[in-house]
Order: sequence, then structure tokens, then C-alpha cells
Amino acid sequence: MHNQPNPPDPAAILADLCARHGTRQDQLLPLLHALQDSLGYVPPDLVQPIAQHFNLSRAEVHGVITFYHDFRSAPAAQCVVKLCSAEACQSMGGERLLHHAQQALGCGLHGHGADGRFALEPVYCLGLCASAPAMAIADKVFARVTPARFDAVLSDHVADHVAEAV
Amino acid sequence: MSTRIYVPCDSAALAVGADAVAARIAAEAARRGLEVEIVRNGTRGLLWLEPLVEVDTPDGRIGFGPVDAADVAGLFDAGFHDNFNGSHALALGLVEQIPYLARQQRLTFARVGITDPLSLDDYEAHGGYRALRNALLMAPAEIVASVTASGLRGRGGAAFPTGIKWNTVLKAPGAEKYIVCNADEGDSGTFADRIVMESDPYVLIEGMTIAGIAVGATRGYIYVRSEYPHSIRQLEAAIETATRRGYLGRSLLSSGRSFELEVRKGAGAYICGEETALLESLEGKRGIVRAKPPLPALAGLFGKPTVINNVLSLATVPIILDKGAQYYQDYGMGRSRGTLPVQLAGNIKHGGLIELAFGVTLREILYDYGGGSASGRPIKAVQVGGPLGAYLPESQWDTPLDYEAFASLWAVLGHGGIVVHDDSADMSKLARYAMEFCAVESCGKCTPCRIGSTRGVEVIDKIRAGSQPAQQVVLLRDLCDTMLYGSLCAMGGMTPYPVLSALNHFPEDFGQPGANEHAA
Repeated sequence: MHNQPNPPDPAAILADLCARHGTRQDQLLPLLHALQDSLGYVPPDLVQPIAQHFNLSRAEVHGVITFYHDFRSAPAAQCVVKLCSAEACQSMGGERLLHHAQQALGCGLHGHGADGRFALEPVYCLGLCASAPAMAIADKVFARVTPARFDAVLSDHVADHVAEAV
Repeated sequence: MSTRIYVPCDSAALAVGADAVAARIAAEAARRGLEVEIVRNGTRGLLWLEPLVEVDTPDGRIGFGPVDAADVAGLFDAGFHDNFNGSHALALGLVEQIPYLARQQRLTFARVGITDPLSLDDYEAHGGYRALRNALLMAPAEIVASVTASGLRGRGGAAFPTGIKWNTVLKAPGAEKYIVCNADEGDSGTFADRIVMESDPYVLIEGMTIAGIAVGATRGYIYVRSEYPHSIRQLEAAIETATRRGYLGRSLLSSGRSFELEVRKGAGAYICGEETALLESLEGKRGIVRAKPPLPALAGLFGKPTVINNVLSLATVPIILDKGAQYYQDYGMGRSRGTLPVQLAGNIKHGGLIELAFGVTLREILYDYGGGSASGRPIKAVQVGGPLGAYLPESQWDTPLDYEAFASLWAVLGHGGIVVHDDSADMSKLARYAMEFCAVESCGKCTPCRIGSTRGVEVIDKIRAGSQPAQQVVLLRDLCDTMLYGSLCAMGGMTPYPVLSALNHFPEDFGQPGANEHAA
């Protein structure tokens, strides 16, 4: 994703986002999303400056970050596979797909593969319930996912990802 | 002459390769020296046929589906682009004559799948923004009266009369009021909100603008769940165009009225579909449910009077203001007026969006439209109204889709989402899942929901393990009673619906004797 020779400076990115989002508390979620989009996670040492910016306590900001499933306090794996675990996908073999995914990625739900490249997370509904089972990688969604299609999607993704990083 | 070919851009089409199909069509046409114009339309809602490719002909649009990129060359060979009248395994004939679609009554979804979702010209050409122009000539109270007279009830699930809610906000004192659209469509088996946002975003924007004019609000927010990135992109693009063309912003259409609209992204919390938790989240806080009263209509977003409505409720306002309250109210049965966009999903052959007047039976939906289960096995249970809705056994499938008829069965019609399970489903496992889901997604404010759901998982685990099942069932019923009557909102208060309906209708899956004396 990031081709910069130097890793981005989190403090500088936060300062820029703070300037753009202003200090009204309703901008806290948009700011956290933007921060995570840039850095891949919300570094715990930024909680204090974020709190200060919005004139909130650290506890309030920490509370928000930990309440929502989307926000991470540690870097994510390179490729996070989200498998829908809700009822419609269960009715179409979601559990079989989950077993397959666990084997293919070498990790359980909420886990990381040994090399840290892959992580597997549940998602409760992608709105593709008539084309179940469904999964998502980053902003891309996939439906009618059989184990064979899972493998194909994954190898495509890896190929693209590697190509991008070259 | 150039041939116009439609390839949907809705998530459900993208998720099965629509982009690759569109790219292949363009490449194949270029290779053959053919002129084609590819339009990325919305979805028709015939989701088992996606990607559903349509080709313009003098007789109408003919369909082919489901099309894989690998099928494209063969389709050109068969002449699908040139007034096709031959035969092809994927040919579906005139799309509007496919019975699944032809038999529907599309009011809210009138344009969906037909137009290019982001083309404002297309929207206007298909009746868009007539309602707003009408509304601008009406007094606010007249607009509200029209929505009330239409009989429209909240399509998010609670079915509260929309006009009555609007009237409360209209009459609430205060110069600052808000319109909030609840687009946190987190229920499994529902995707109608997503289809509106992706396939006809302007209808939602128009509905919200009318709501703003009706109650005196000048700012609106659409809170979209983060699992819907494509919806967010579509809405943002549509808002940008509508603003540029004078349909949003200061003095829209030179009327002197103003309305601005912003999309806000959720962050993966199911509870934020509950309206007060959503408002907390919009304010930048944890999505913790608020106690009511005060009603959001009086003290909602930032403590100001707020209309908070579901996507479908707001997207239905334009047809009411365009064709009149009576036109809408003529559809339906009893106190359920108008149409319900049914979302048929799960283990079903023909899943998709089916908009029909209230009154159609579940059985007609499952078999006449759905064609039975996808697996070919008998259907065992259907869950209606999302993860907090009851499971209905076959004996209840002749129930008409009507809010009151479902309530009388101790079930909910909710959002109109239907998830089908075949006879391989284990109902005690699904009941356990309902408790587990509640435990994961509870906001934690009230004890029955926060603790009850965790205890519920444990009790069901014991039942499933055969450890004192009879006693544990008594305990489970008692626990459900506490959750039902002691929870602050529907999350804890309705989790017992799937749990107890599974237990009552399928006791054998809980190791209980077959006959059920606890008719729900």
C-alpha cells in the first residue's frame, strides 16, 4: 500500500488530520477512521494528543476506540480476510467455508497466520445475504464463495498485492 | 450504431465479478470492432442472476445471466448484442417480463436497476425530483399530513408511523433540527437499504430533503455502516452532484430553503442500528443506548429535535409526494399500508428483492418467488425480521406479511428480511448463535442484555450437551423473560424471539419431547 521510502510519522499525520477535522467531538470517529486509513491502526500513544485536541479525557477516547470493532490498537496483518458469520451465510455452508479458511490461512478466527501476512476475522453481515456465503478483503466483497473460489480470490489478492509492492 | 449494454454496479453484482464482465465486454467489442456503450446500472434485485447483463433492443431490454467473464466471447458469438432472438443458455428474454420482476409492485424501488444510479439526468428522466418540487409548494404541515395520510410506517423494523414522528419534530420548538438517516443495516438477511443507496441514491437524498423542508431542519446525516464501503462511495458522489446541481445546499432550487447532507461512516457496531445508540455514535461517543424519554424527536442529535428514519422510510417519501398519499395508501392490508421491500435470502434458490403490497403470504414468497431451497432439501425454518426476529415453522407460512399478523404470532415482520434454513439446520445451534451475537454486540448499558446473553449461551450449551436439559430449559425461559421485560432496547429485549421460537417450534433440536405446550 505505502510506497514511501520512510515510514510515515504518526504524530505529523495526526496533526494534519486534527487541523482538517476541527475540535467538535462529532469529528472523533471520522478522525479515527482517517488515522487508521493512513497508519493501519490507532497507535495507543496517540490517544493522549487526540484527547487533548477534542478536550476529552483519555478514558473517553480510549473508550470510543475500544467500543467499535473497526478500530485497532495494533497493526493489522497485511491481508485481513473477513468472513461473514451471520445467519444467511450459515444457512449456505458458512461454517464449512470457515473451516476451509482456517486451514488455508493457518489461523483461527481473530487470529493471525504464522507469518503475520494473513488474519481471519468474522463480520456480521455484508448485505450479500441472497448470494451467501460472503467475504471481504479490504473494500472488496465476494459472494457465493465456495472453498475453491476462496482459494482463487486469495491467490488473486496476493498476486495483486505483491505486484503493487514491487 | 452503438449498442447499449447494462452491467450492474451494485455490491451484489460486484461481489460475483461484474467489473470483470464489464471489462471483458468492452475488450471483446473492441476486438471485434463493435461499438458498444456500457452503462453501469443498479441491480434489478434478481440476485441469483447477477451479474445480470442487459442489452437494449427496440422491444425493451433483454437479459443474460448469471454472466461470467468467461461467457462474454460466447455471448458475442451468439449475437447477444445485435437484436438477439436466438437461443443461449444464459438468455432470459425481456427483463421486465421475468415473472419474478413482472409480478412485483415497485414503488420505493421504481427506478432501481433501470437507471444509472449516479446519473442525475437519468433520475430526473424517471420521475426524480418531482416530489421535491411539489413539496416546495406546500406548507410544512401539509407535507407532514400527506406522509401521515399515506400510512407509511417506519421500515427499519419498529413500524412507527412516520408522519406522526415528523409531526412531533415539526411542532418541537427550536431553530436547530436534524434529519438523520439510519443506514446501519446490520441485520443478516437485509440488504434493501444497501440497494437503495447503491442503485438509486438520489431517491434517499430527495426523501431526506423533503423531510428537512417538512420539519424545518437544514442539516441531515446519513449514518452508513462501515461494512458498506460501496454505498458510502455512491452516496458521496450523488450528494456532490446534487449539491452542484442546486438540489442540495443553500436556497435549493432557488426556493429560499436550505438543506445540507453529510455521510458518516459507522465503525462496526451492530448496536448503532438502534436509534439512540446511533445518535451517540454520531456525536463521537461510544454507541451506548439512551434511555427514552426524551424521544429523539424532541431531544435527539446534539440534544435537538431530530427525525431519525430508516433508509427505506425516507426513500419512500418521494413517491408519496409525487403520486399522492392515497396512491400509496391504496396498497397493502389492515394497518400495514403501501408496499414492503421483502429481502429473500439464505438457503433459497431465487434470492433477491421482492417489493410487494403487504398481504402476500410467506409461502408465496418462499415458493412462488423463491423457488424453494437452494440445496433442494425441504425448508425447515425461516427467520423473519433479522437476528432479533422469530423463527417460523411451516405451520406459520400462510401468515400474510402484515405487521399485526406477525405480532399476533409472537413474531416480527421487522425490516422484511427473510433468511431461509433447510432441514439440515440445528435450531438449538441457531438459538445459541442469537445469544452469542447479543453477547458480542450488546452495548453493555443494561444488565439483562449484557449478562443475560452470556448466561444464555452457557445455558444453551448445557442443553446441547444434555446436562440436566429439563431444568436448563426452565432456566432459559426464565432468563428470556428477564431479557424481554428488563432490557433497555430491542437488542436484549428481542433476542428471546429467535431463542424461544426455536425452542417452542423445534423442541426436538433441544432434546425436548416433541409436542409443544408453550405455543408462542
